[in-house]
Amino acid sequence: MSQTFVLKKGLNIPIAGEAELRVSKTIAPGIVAVQPTDFKGFLPRLLVKEGDPVLCGSPVAADKKNADILLTSPVSGTVKEIVRGEKRKLLAILIESDGKRECADFGVRDAAKLDAGQVRQALLQSGLWPWLIQRPYGIIADPEIRPRDIFVSAFDSAPLAPDAKFCFGSELAAAQAGVCALSKLTDGKVHVSVDDGASPFASLKQCEIHIFQGQHPAGNVGVQISHIAPICKGDTVWTVSLAGLVAIGRLFTTGRVDLTRKVAVTGPMALDCSYVEALPGTPMSELRSFWGNTQEDTLRIVSGNALSGKAVGAEGFLGFFDSQVTILHEGKEQELLGWINPIRGHQFSADRSYFSWLMPKSKKYAMDTNLHGGPRAFLMNDGYYGRVLPMDIYPVYLAKACLAGDIEKMEKFGIYEVLPEDLATCEFVDPSKNNIQAMIEQGIDLMLKEMA
Amino acid sequence: MNPIFEKGGKLYWLHSTVDAFETFLHVPGTVTRKGSHVRDSIDLKRILILVVIAAVPAALFGMWNVGYQHGLAVGDTSLNILGNWWYGFLRVLPLYLVSYIVGLGIEFASCQIRGEEVSEGYLVSGFFIPLIVPVDIPLWMLAVAVAFAVIFGKEVFGGTGMNIVNPAILTRAFLFFSYPNYMSGSDCWIHYKPTEQLVDGFTGATPLALDGASAQYGTGFWDLFIGTVPGSVGETSVIAILLGAVLLIWTGIASWKIMCAGVLGALFVGGIGDLAGISSIPCYMQLLYGGFAFGIVFMATDPVTSAQTEAGKWIYGFLIGALCITVRLFNPGYAEGMMLAILLCNVFAPLIDHCVIGAHMSRRAKKLKTA
Repeated sequence: MSQTFVLKKGLNIPIAGEAELRVSKTIAPGIVAVQPTDFKGFLPRLLVKEGDPVLCGSPVAADKKNADILLTSPVSGTVKEIVRGEKRKLLAILIESDGKRECADFGVRDAAKLDAGQVRQALLQSGLWPWLIQRPYGIIADPEIRPRDIFVSAFDSAPLAPDAKFCFGSELAAAQAGVCALSKLTDGKVHVSVDDGASPFASLKQCEIHIFQGQHPAGNVGVQISHIAPICKGDTVWTVSLAGLVAIGRLFTTGRVDLTRKVAVTGPMALDCSYVEALPGTPMSELRSFWGNTQEDTLRIVSGNALSGKAVGAEGFLGFFDSQVTILHEGKEQELLGWINPIRGHQFSADRSYFSWLMPKSKKYAMDTNLHGGPRAFLMNDGYYGRVLPMDIYPVYLAKACLAGDIEKMEKFGIYEVLPEDLATCEFVDPSKNNIQAMIEQGIDLMLKEMA
Repeated sequence: MNPIFEKGGKLYWLHSTVDAFETFLHVPGTVTRKGSHVRDSIDLKRILILVVIAAVPAALFGMWNVGYQHGLAVGDTSLNILGNWWYGFLRVLPLYLVSYIVGLGIEFASCQIRGEEVSEGYLVSGFFIPLIVPVDIPLWMLAVAVAFAVIFGKEVFGGTGMNIVNPAILTRAFLFFSYPNYMSGSDCWIHYKPTEQLVDGFTGATPLALDGASAQYGTGFWDLFIGTVPGSVGETSVIAILLGAVLLIWTGIASWKIMCAGVLGALFVGGIGDLAGISSIPCYMQLLYGGFAFGIVFMATDPVTSAQTEAGKWIYGFLIGALCITVRLFNPGYAEGMMLAILLCNVFAPLIDHCVIGAHMSRRAKKLKTA
C-alpha cells in the first residue's frame, strides 16, 4: 500500500510561460556537446581525439578515479572539437552528427533475469551509469558500493517544470525495466514518488510507491528521501531522475542508448512555450525560434529551471540532466522607489508585505532576473525560510555552518540530506539576497575534501 | 553611479553613502549572478521601513502627548490637538535629528570601512530611540549613548544582522546606568521650563512610579490604554502601539508568537503577584503600564536579537514578559523592568535556540533509531 505525505511547507513560484502539452518541433542537432562539467565529482580523461568516428553509445571520456565510469556519445558521427577552458580544463566534446543515429548494440535483455554484476556492467559500458547520483553530496555513484536504497522522483515541482506524465507517460514499459534493473543494485528498496495515485507511474512494480502532495520542493528527491527514510551519517543512497530511469529501461528493452526526451521550453520570454524533442547536449542555438528577434544580451537562457538551472547563453548547450529550458529577461532596469510601492502588482512576493499572496493562484508573473534589492547579512528568523522548506532541518543554521566551514555543525544541521537545489526556495524568498545554494555547495565541497 | 565614486575614484570614500541614497531612490538594476535566477521582490529595505511605518502612530501620539502633558503641568489647557502636537513635535524633533545624524553617520562610515552596502537596520533603531527616552533628555547624552550603542552594540560584531543586543535598547540602558538622574524619578518625563509655574499637586512621576498618589492626570484603564499619561515619548499609548502591532503581524514581519508569549508571561507573574497579595494592581493592568506594550511589540520582536526557532520564540517571549513583571513587583530599586528583561533575554536568545535545537536533534535521532 502506498503511503501519502502531505507537505504543508513549500512555495510554488508562479512564473509565466508554462509549456503547452504538445511537441512543436523535433530537433536533430547537427552538433551535440558532451560536457563533463555536468557531472559533479567527475574527473574526465579523454578517450577520443578530433576526427574520430563515434557511434551512439560509444565512450568519449572516462573518469580518472574510476576508469569504468564512462561518458558516451548520444549521436553517431565524428568528434569535431575538444573545447578546453582555463588551465586546459576539459569543458566539452563537440560531436558532429551524421544524422543516421547508428547505435552501438548492447543487446536486448530482460532486466528481471540479470544479476547485479550484469546490470552494473551494462550501465557502466553504455555510459548510463552517471545517471545514478549518490547522496550525500550529489556525486556520481560509486559502482563498488551497494546503496541502502534507490530513490526516484516521478514528478517535478520546480517552476515551469516539464510534465512527467506527458514526457514519459508512454514509456511505462521502459520505466518498469529500469526499476527492475535498479532493484538488483541495492539491498534495500527502490522508492518511486508520484504526485497523485492516478499517475501512470503509481502502477510500477518491484518498488515502493509514495505519494507526495504539496508545493515545490515536494518533487525534489532530497525532500522525499527525508520523509521516506532520512539519510543518517554513514548511509549512502542513490537517486535517479525519471529521464534516467527511462533511459536505463530503454537500454534493456531496445539494446540501445537512447537519450531523446521531450524538453519543455518555458519562461516569460519564450514565444511559443511548448515541448521539443531533443538530446542532452543540444545547442541552444537550435532553439533560436523560441526567442525570435529579441536581443540576446537582454535574455538569460537557462538550461534547467529558474531556481537551480545553469545560465548557458545562446551559445551554450542543454545540460545532461535537464529536460527544461527557461528563457528569462535580464532585469537590469532600475525601478523608481519600487521597494516602498505598496501594491507593485506585477511583482511576485511570498512575503505578506505585498499583496500577491491574496491573488488567485492562477495569476502568473513575468519574472526577470533582477535581484530586487541589495545583498545583506541574514536578518530574518530561521522560520522565515523554514516555511518554504518541507524538511526537518534549520536552513539558516545549515547555511551559516557551511559559511563557517564547521564540519561538525554541518553534520548536525543535516548537510548529508541536502543538495543545493533543495534549498532553492529558501534562496528565492530571502530578503537579504544571500546565495544560499552557493553556500550549501561550498559546504558540500568542503565535506568532500575533508571526508575523502 | 558616477565613476568618481567607484573604486579608485577621487570620492571613493563616499561610495557607501552615495550607494545608499541611490538604492533608496531606485531598486538597483543588479541581476542575479549565482543560484536562483529569479528572486522574490521583497528586500530588507521594505521590511525594515514597514517596521518604521508601524511605529509612526506611536510617534505621532507621543508628540501630541508631550504637548498635552505640558499643558496639564502648567495648568494651561487652551491648546487644541494640533497645537499640542506641534508643541511636542518641536521638542521631539531634536531627538530625532541627534539620533539619525550620529547613528547613520557611524553606520555609513563603518559600511565604507567594511566595503559593504549600507544596511537599513539603523533606520529602525534610529526611529525607536527617541520614542523610548524621556523628552527632556539632554541632547549630548543622547548623542553619546547612540554612539556607544551603534559602535559597541552593532558595528564591532559586523553590522546589522550580527548584533547580539538590540541597539535601541542598548542606547536606553546606557543612558539609564550612566545618567540615572535624568532617566528616572519624577523630573524628566514631562517637558517644562524651570521658569514656568506648575499646578498645585503637580507630579511628573509616571503611573508606574506613582504608587497610588494623586496626580494631575488620570490613571484609570482608559487613560493608560489611550496613553494620556507621562512617560517616554512613544511608549504611553497602548492603542497606537496596537495599531503598529496589527501591521507587523499582518505582514508577518514581527512574530506574533513572541508577542503572545510575552503577554502570557506578564499575566502569569502578575497573576501570582495578585494571588499572593504582593501587588495591588490587577495583573492585566501591568500590560498597560510603562514600556511593556512598546517593548513587546517593537523591541522584543527584533528578528536579529530574538530567538530564531519557533519553540524558542515562545520561551523567549514568555521570559521577557515574566522578567519584566518580576522586576516591577519584587525590585524596589527599579520601577520599570521592560528594558532589563529584553536586554537579558537578547543575551540569552542564542542559548534558548541552542537548547531547542539540541532537544530537537536528539528527539529526531531517537525517532530514527526506533524506525
